[in-house]
Amino acid sequence: MRIYLHTDEAGQERGAFKMAARGGRGGGSGHGSLDKSITLPPDEIFRNLENAKRFAIDIGGSLTKLAYYSTVQHKVARVRSFDHSGKDIEHESPYEVTVQEEITARLHFIKFENTYIETCLDFIKDHLVNTETKVIKATGGGAYKFKDLIEKKLGLKVDKEDVMTCLIKGCNFVLKNIPHEVFAYQKDSDTEFRFQTNHPNIFPYLLVNIGSGVSIVKVEMEDKFEWIGGSSIGGGTFWGLGALLTKTKKFDELLQLASKGQHTNVDMLVKDVYGGAYQTLGLSGNLIASSFGKSATADKDFSKEDMAKSLLHMISNDIGQLACLYAKLHNLDKIYFGGFFIRGHPVTMRTITYSINFFSKGEVQALFLRHEGYLGAIGAFLKGAEQDNPNQYSWGENYAGSSGLMSTSPDLCPMQRTRSGTFDMFEMDRLERPLVNLPLLKDSSTYIPDTVDLTDDAMARKYWLTCFEEALDGVAKRAAASQPDSIDAVERAEKFQQKYWNKLQTLRQQPFAYGTLTVRSLLDTREHCLNEFNFPDPYSKIKQKENGIALKCFQGVIESLDSLDWKERQLALVKGLLAGNVFDWGAKAVSDVLESETQFGFEEAKSKLQERPWLEDSYDEWLDRLKEGPPHKCALIFADNSGIDIILGVFPFVRELLSSGTEVILACNSGPALNDVTYSESLIVAEKIAAMDSVIQSALKEERLLLVQTGSSSPCLDLSRLDKGLAMLVRERKTDLVIIEGMGRAIHTNYYAALKCESLKLAVIKNSWLAERLGGKIFSVIFKYEVPRE
Amino acid sequence: HRLVRGEKGDEFFPWFGLDIGGTLVKLVYFEPKDITAEEEEEEVENLKSIRKYLTSNVAYGSTGIRDVHLELKDLTLCGRKGNLHFIRFPTHDMPAFIQMGSEKHFSSLHTTLCATGGGAYKFEQDFRTMGDLQLQKLDELDCLIKGVLYIDSVGFNGHSECYYFENPTDSEKCEKLPFNLENPYPLLLVNIGSGVSILAVYSKDNYKRVTGTSLGGGTFFGLCCLLTGCSTFEEALEMASRGDSTKVDKLVRDIYGGDYERFGLPGWAVASSFGNMVSKEKRESVSKEDLARATLITITNNIGSIARMCALNENINRVVFVGNFLRINTISMRLLAYALNYWSKGQLKALFLEHEVNLLFNLFYSFKVQTPTVT
Repeated sequence: MRIYLHTDEAGQERGAFKMAARGGRGGGSGHGSLDKSITLPPDEIFRNLENAKRFAIDIGGSLTKLAYYSTVQHKVARVRSFDHSGKDIEHESPYEVTVQEEITARLHFIKFENTYIETCLDFIKDHLVNTETKVIKATGGGAYKFKDLIEKKLGLKVDKEDVMTCLIKGCNFVLKNIPHEVFAYQKDSDTEFRFQTNHPNIFPYLLVNIGSGVSIVKVEMEDKFEWIGGSSIGGGTFWGLGALLTKTKKFDELLQLASKGQHTNVDMLVKDVYGGAYQTLGLSGNLIASSFGKSATADKDFSKEDMAKSLLHMISNDIGQLACLYAKLHNLDKIYFGGFFIRGHPVTMRTITYSINFFSKGEVQALFLRHEGYLGAIGAFLKGAEQDNPNQYSWGENYAGSSGLMSTSPDLCPMQRTRSGTFDMFEMDRLERPLVNLPLLKDSSTYIPDTVDLTDDAMARKYWLTCFEEALDGVAKRAAASQPDSIDAVERAEKFQQKYWNKLQTLRQQPFAYGTLTVRSLLDTREHCLNEFNFPDPYSKIKQKENGIALKCFQGVIESLDSLDWKERQLALVKGLLAGNVFDWGAKAVSDVLESETQFGFEEAKSKLQERPWLEDSYDEWLDRLKEGPPHKCALIFADNSGIDIILGVFPFVRELLSSGTEVILACNSGPALNDVTYSESLIVAEKIAAMDSVIQSALKEERLLLVQTGSSSPCLDLSRLDKGLAMLVRERKTDLVIIEGMGRAIHTNYYAALKCESLKLAVIKNSWLAERLGGKIFSVIFKYEVPRE
Repeated sequence: HRLVRGEKGDEFFPWFGLDIGGTLVKLVYFEPKDITAEEEEEEVENLKSIRKYLTSNVAYGSTGIRDVHLELKDLTLCGRKGNLHFIRFPTHDMPAFIQMGSEKHFSSLHTTLCATGGGAYKFEQDFRTMGDLQLQKLDELDCLIKGVLYIDSVGFNGHSECYYFENPTDSEKCEKLPFNLENPYPLLLVNIGSGVSILAVYSKDNYKRVTGTSLGGGTFFGLCCLLTGCSTFEEALEMASRGDSTKVDKLVRDIYGGDYERFGLPGWAVASSFGNMVSKEKRESVSKEDLARATLITITNNIGSIARMCALNENINRVVFVGNFLRINTISMRLLAYALNYWSKGQLKALFLEHEVNLLFNLFYSFKVQTPTVT
């Protein structure tokens, strides 16, 4: 057997790489003579195999899902204060930046057709270095069939796990860890997938798995579930009966036929029996009275499309009806549907949703999962990794390494990949620290971080996708320039550019690929792609320089602030904060200015600001509150940019709060994103400022000023996924004021976030399209002070 | 010549009841056996010829059939003694039936034609314009329930109308035994015609339609026509009786090698109806009989499953299956009996009736007979 490795010529996204398998038998029969030549892009699909361990495999009727745990070596930028002891007293920079290697944990999940199983196993065997691996967990119907093959090829012992146990384990895992995992299907809407906010409590729920048959499972707790029923009329019935009726062999082709058919030619409707609606019972004339009722005649031919459609309705309705009966009996209102009958098929999601709505009269909701196809593999993996305690950590979807949800509807996606020959991938990164809700959220179950849903808003979607496309060249250049000593920086930057470009094109076609499309998800995806090509912090040098410059101005700014009377000072502080916020390399309008005008400074920024009244202006209320109310107990501040923003904008503001008796928790990102200040940078900056300023110094010492990390590496802010330590501190210190600064955190996200305490959201709008949308011009100011209503 | 009426003199002969379903029209006809010579002489020619035609034939035209085995003998109705005949023909022959009524001047007999089923609505206009006949439409659910309650009190030629199966899966031991419906409430009534309606009956006036399913007799017959090329329900059933559904269906043991103990699923249970037909080789190796059998088993199991869930939700443990789908269909009746008993661990009992009970009520209703109260 030979494996031909090629890079993909079209430079398409990884998930779409085609495998050239001559004579590969699609549609699930995974035995017989297979042609084993295959093109696998090297390292593109089964990635990080060198360190891979804890293999798990889920072999279904037609698709195999492979899972493993691996570690990824990443370059990370570390900041470190210079040694104070020696000769390095006079530095241009306030600290040094070093690039180090860091190892992080990642989960890999790959889905491919059973046809390729042998080739894939060989590939894995050839690349597997880790010798401690002795066992592979296996689940799915095919685990029995392929047991010997796996053991022979991989030399690993196959350890079988119960299908349903794995499915449920996997389901619980994604429900807890992946934002926007769950969606409802809406027909006839621009974007048919309506994603749900993750609910803190996922139990109890009903899982209806539609494979060849139907299993209905009630899940009450992490490890407590019960098979409460099932039905033999499932995906296998659609496929088998469909193949008999239409002579169409493949499942996907049957669905395509169905989507083109008219069931009314085959089904007997209520109106065919009654001549109209059945009034006494309120049954509409269009309801199906008898599936295939019109085909009870020998002398008529029916079209394949019509029969397939009728069959689809019959099966979907039947499953929906039974699911509702079980939901009612067990008093449940959430039903997750999965199995190959559902898997990404708009046609079946539509008919199932219709059926659930009809039979439950809207009381039960049909829900679907983005990673439904992976549940079994995830569960089997978790079973095998119990000693690593994966459930103890928080995990995040890696947008760079995941293919995203692919619609299989040809109408929905013109550039669709046929399902055969497709490799689909899903990667999750282990987060360093567990993430929790901000305790100050008014209602965590309804909190939505993002202000605009780009899946919904086609105009905004087009604008932002174009905006990110246009900025991409500059971002790639900056990434390459940030590593002048690296010989392959330019090449990597190009790869990054290609990858992110492809993601943007995917999102143009399928905005729902990674959950609700938002400016935040676009930004996060870009960060993930940069990391993927080892550009952990392209702005580290710029941030270093700007922090240096700003630190030098700190004392001057403080002196001029101190010379003002109280009232003038309050406005100056706010203006300073806003002017600082102009320094945003993430905004194209600003980065253009910063690239060209090297002298652009704090004063220039102030002059750019909109005059009061601002676009959103509750400054007077804020001032009244400061003047008349007691000082706040503790303020939580989410900072934005490095340099002038944090040093000349935020710190003077912090200093004033401290002086008036308010404690301050300053929260910065755990990892780098654009030129946002990171937690480790904030520590050094604070230390430097403390050396110049006694107020800051004593506050740090007395722990009235606390620096914490957010747990995030995003330019935006999701208050439902914050570092657990931060949340504990917020509770401990009885925080009663939250200040959110910057476009990413206060406008793209959290603009409408409702909190239990007072909040201040301020930002300068550095994008003319967005400013216009909000009714203003570029450099308009948002100053939104809110007091929760009782 | 004068028209003959019942004892109370409130209804003229002939006495008919009609149930016009989606696939079949069911007709009951009361043949008076106590006609006096005087009456005979006075009987109009029309009436006489209708009576002769119906009682001396067992088939009418190419599609009409009289179910002789269902005939109720020596029934007293409104003071008249006679036999009750059950006749059926396909709904698509309805226009021809109306035409015949018109040709035989049915309207001159001044009889009230009571009809139930969807066709009572659909064909009402045709009856009026083509046949000059006024239909008295009766609600089909009403007819159904009252018919069930009534028939049991009448009895079937001396036997019990309601019965059940003891040992339904064992062809040796399987026994059809009478069931006494003296205290019928609450009961779940599953009417399997072309489609299926499920009613929960709490008392003679208190009932509701719980749900329905489109997977009914019409689906069985329709799919059989497409899969086997058969042309009658009887043919479809006959093929099914000779087939083996386990060649077509994927069973639990086909997947797990035996029982799936984790969930307490027996190996013989069907995991996926038609699941084996995904494979080309297996599609080519099954017979038409196997396909007919699998279709029958699929539809029947599904009805049983939905009925069982409704019974659980409504907290009812007696389920009465009626409807034309079960006519001469012992396979389905025994399967329903078995499945209901097995999956409910003996909590639910499947009951069956000898007749199309809604029709009977329909007929009795036309005499404005008080609904018999069952004691």
